[in-house]
Amino acid sequence: MAVMTYRDALNEALREEMQRDGDVFLMGEEVAEYDGAYKVSKGLLNAFGDRRVVDSPISELGFAGLGVGAAMTGLRPVIEFMTFNFSILALDQVINSAAKMHYMTNGQIGCPIVFRGPTGAALQLSAQHSQACETYYVHAPGVKLVTPGTPADAKGLLKASIRDDDPVAFMEGELLYNLKGEVPDDDDFVIPLGVADVKKEGDDVTIITHGKMVNVAMQAAQKMEKDDGVMAEVVDLRTLRPLDVDAVLASVKKTNRAVYLEEGWSYVGIGAQIVSLVQEEAFDWLDAPILRVTQADVPMPYAKNLENLAKPNAKRVIDACHRVMYR
Amino acid sequence: MATKVHMEALSPTMEEGQIVKWVKAEGDEVSSGDILAEIETDKATMELVARGDGILRAVLLDAGDTAPVGAVIGVIAEADEDIDDLVGDAGGAEAATADSAGAPADSDGAVSDGAESGADGPAEHTPEPDNSKSDRDMEAPAATGSGRVKASPLARRLAEEAGIDLSAVSGSGPGGRIVKADVEEAAASPPAPAAPLAAAATPNTQPTAREVSRPTPPPAVWSDAGATEGFEDVKVSQMRKTIARRLTESLSPVPHFFLTIEVDMARVMEARKSVNAAVEKDGDRVSVNDFVLRATGAALRKHPACNAAWHDDTIRRFDHVHVGVAVAVEDGLITPVIRHADRKGLVQISREVKELAGRAREKRLKPEEYTGSTFSISNLGMFGIREFTAIINPPEAGILAVGAIEEIPVVVDGELAVRPRMRVTMSCDHRVIDGATGAQFLQTLRAMLEEPAAILI
Amino acid sequence: MTTDTATESETMADALHGVSPDTARQLLNDMLLYRRFEEKAEEAYAIGKIGGFCHLHIGQEGVAAGCIAPLRDSDYAISAYREHTQAIAKGIEPKHVMAELFGRVDGCSGGKGGSMHLFDIEKRFMGGHGIVGGQVPLASGIAFSIRYRELDELVICFMGDAAVNQGGFHEAMNMSAVWDLPAIYVVENNAYGMGTAFTRVSRNPIDEKALSYGIPATVVNGQDVLETYATFTQLAAKVRAGEGPQFVDVRTYRFKGHSMSDPVSGTYRSKEEVDDRVEHQDPIAILRDTLFEADELDQATLEEYDAEAKEAAQAAFDFADAAELPEPDALYRDVYAELNPNGRLFFDGLDRPDFAR
Repeated sequence: MAVMTYRDALNEALREEMQRDGDVFLMGEEVAEYDGAYKVSKGLLNAFGDRRVVDSPISELGFAGLGVGAAMTGLRPVIEFMTFNFSILALDQVINSAAKMHYMTNGQIGCPIVFRGPTGAALQLSAQHSQACETYYVHAPGVKLVTPGTPADAKGLLKASIRDDDPVAFMEGELLYNLKGEVPDDDDFVIPLGVADVKKEGDDVTIITHGKMVNVAMQAAQKMEKDDGVMAEVVDLRTLRPLDVDAVLASVKKTNRAVYLEEGWSYVGIGAQIVSLVQEEAFDWLDAPILRVTQADVPMPYAKNLENLAKPNAKRVIDACHRVMYR
Repeated sequence: MATKVHMEALSPTMEEGQIVKWVKAEGDEVSSGDILAEIETDKATMELVARGDGILRAVLLDAGDTAPVGAVIGVIAEADEDIDDLVGDAGGAEAATADSAGAPADSDGAVSDGAESGADGPAEHTPEPDNSKSDRDMEAPAATGSGRVKASPLARRLAEEAGIDLSAVSGSGPGGRIVKADVEEAAASPPAPAAPLAAAATPNTQPTAREVSRPTPPPAVWSDAGATEGFEDVKVSQMRKTIARRLTESLSPVPHFFLTIEVDMARVMEARKSVNAAVEKDGDRVSVNDFVLRATGAALRKHPACNAAWHDDTIRRFDHVHVGVAVAVEDGLITPVIRHADRKGLVQISREVKELAGRAREKRLKPEEYTGSTFSISNLGMFGIREFTAIINPPEAGILAVGAIEEIPVVVDGELAVRPRMRVTMSCDHRVIDGATGAQFLQTLRAMLEEPAAILI
Repeated sequence: MTTDTATESETMADALHGVSPDTARQLLNDMLLYRRFEEKAEEAYAIGKIGGFCHLHIGQEGVAAGCIAPLRDSDYAISAYREHTQAIAKGIEPKHVMAELFGRVDGCSGGKGGSMHLFDIEKRFMGGHGIVGGQVPLASGIAFSIRYRELDELVICFMGDAAVNQGGFHEAMNMSAVWDLPAIYVVENNAYGMGTAFTRVSRNPIDEKALSYGIPATVVNGQDVLETYATFTQLAAKVRAGEGPQFVDVRTYRFKGHSMSDPVSGTYRSKEEVDDRVEHQDPIAILRDTLFEADELDQATLEEYDAEAKEAAQAAFDFADAAELPEPDALYRDVYAELNPNGRLFFDGLDRPDFAR
């Protein structure tokens, strides 16, 4: 296993898939000559040329739609949003064109496209640059949503997403790009969509989460183990659609208690969906109501202290775990 | 090429249309776009235009008649063209083919009936779903004197499996909620005495753990061996749906109250005899209900406050008195309207009721014959019903529920006497009619029926 | 669909804008079919066979005929939601279009698209899009594909005049120009976006919008199908020659309401205006008269064409009316192209058969 950053893992995945399939191209703002706003696409222009690594104007709606049109005719575009905050401009093309294309054409025309970029907050970027956009994308049938939280998952899942025949939103994290981790050395390391990963095993309480928050969940679980001897199980969903419901149910049936941790807002959030599924399908295994730890229900403030208050953190996860364990 | 003339949807909600008149006659030459007929929709009179060129060869629906949207009502063709096949499509045949009238089949596959087709689908016999498992899962634990037991879903399941009566377990969770640990603790301690409820129900057997926590069936008094359970789903017709909707719309928002009065019907019965003796030769025969109708019309004229409707910001008092008469028909009821009931004589009312009720049973009433009433009467006397209440037919403010005439002992002038009496219950919309208002109306009604001379004119 | 060369005399070539008499008669034939088809759709809507929104092309047939006929089968077409006749022009059989309007399984989108979402990948008709202007970036993407693969193809993208005020239009124009995409963007300019006159919502004329991005713009009288045909023949050749995108403002007029639920005239345009256009600007009548004057058409042929068109429309109606509704299990089919073996994709809690393909 090689140790590499999340950024480099993504870069490898892009490079490998572009080598593997000539129909794959990368388009977005600053992806080519600038080597990527976050350097995810570093070196790709040199390797593949400007036919396949295309700098776009700042026109999110336009180049998202252009990507969909290219996918309708069989290319496999990877559309980079500098951040998913900007993709809100492009949502019409994602929801009205990409998500519905295969259905309203009765299966005649598919849309194998990946929309990727960082979601959620970084540090003091304030209201318009600090949004977790998962729910916008996962709400509409027809779209798949992938949220890797580690370098290995980033690589394996991006390769699977590029090969998937449906539109996939692939959400990364600005604060994840420098995260280091072990990535298998396989020639072709692919993680199938729809398989969750138990990042830490435990019997006392389940923390279910996705994306960047996997790392917060791990901090909380490790601290609880050290301080109280509480063994928390951390279930990383990895993909939100398709969703590994079985993995969630198996863990909840083991621990009988669960906390959902997510970076986004609570109202109609991902956690709300998970709570609904668990109470429908594992009601008789619950020993306590499921709690959710989310961002405060406010736009992200700039001031450092307020930002810290708004974001979910390990302490809040631990508090929630204690509450569902009646401690 | 021949072109069918269809009854078209000339308003967005139109389901059927009535020919007001044909502007073109059979044999007329017509071109695409020419006005063929005037159609009364549910909203207005609209023009139906030709969609082909040629001769209007066939007119398949007479003026005054009604057809569902999509029905073939005429044929445009060349003078010498054979149109026999097309004429055969007449009479709503197209509209009757399932969903062709544009109403898509419901997701459960039910197809709405044509408004007048009366072709209710065959009753469906649905096998009882095997939901026994989920029923059992949903069952609440034994109720106890102290009411609901608070326990987590997991604790309930574990208690059931371990045969522990949760009412005897104290909870350590928030608000005393019983959680897994409490059940485990209870299971580890010596067994509690058998719960009294279960013990009483099955005195001769040691109660099993399962029985303790579930309601015990009553002791069998008669055997139900061999009896089976089942049900039949009878498809709900358009009419039944309309009844359900209209009556629900009435009872929920309309604050009903009820006034009952008893009327001595001796004079009406005498009067009826003599009237019938006089009119029999003309083939007429008036009923007691005709008297009630006549009296109601006259009484409403005197009490306009009861001949009214609630319109949120206003109460509309009608100048006209149109009385609806509930008529039982197959699979429901409909209320044909005696228009200007206060201005019509007994015999005329009698004839109209007969004629309308007859056509109502054949489902051949036109919309204007069952809409527009300002007050209604429902009479179940013929079924031996002494007294009942009826649900107001909105937007009307009142309805009379008329019972049977019964010979009953009553005190008249201090003496016990047997008299033919009839109970009438008025349902009032309290937003429009107050208690005293309704009572005064009923007093007038009773006076008219007890002294019917005035309403015989 | 081939570019013809006029072989007749100069004079006649002028009258017919250089279009051969055979092609001109074919265009007349096409437009008659479109007219009769749309009238049949109107009738079917009136008797409840067609539901939802239904936008008729009556009055604008010259656009479908004149813009698409000069193209090749391998070229793509994409449009908005007033696209019935464009779909037919691109080769979808009228019966499959009508069946789609009826929501039947034999419709070109299997009954799942309806009037606004007609598709046929084999005919390269790429929809059928319901959000105003939404198809314009898609067209650019199709053109991007063509250029990426270095194919001798192009895409023609139809939009209404109202679409040019959408942001996506401008973004797509800019990218098309920057990347020399092989596309012809056609504004089907019927002067009204639903009930709003274009002049009320734009200070500058339509062609200036494209010109400002560096895209050559042409204005054509869409009611003169021969002029339209001749223009598009030239423009297609330019695009194929690698000159980059072209933009055309095709002036036309809608004889019917915005959709079947809307009035033909009223507060936004007068009955007199509509009557005047119907009388003087009917693309079918204009071509008919041109051919009469050029002595290239007689009354009997015209009537024969019209009878055929009416029969074709009726046949489409009969086919659609007899076609089956989609099976209930079509409900969940094709939401996704790929059903991943792991995880759950549907969350409605309903029992569903497994739709693995």
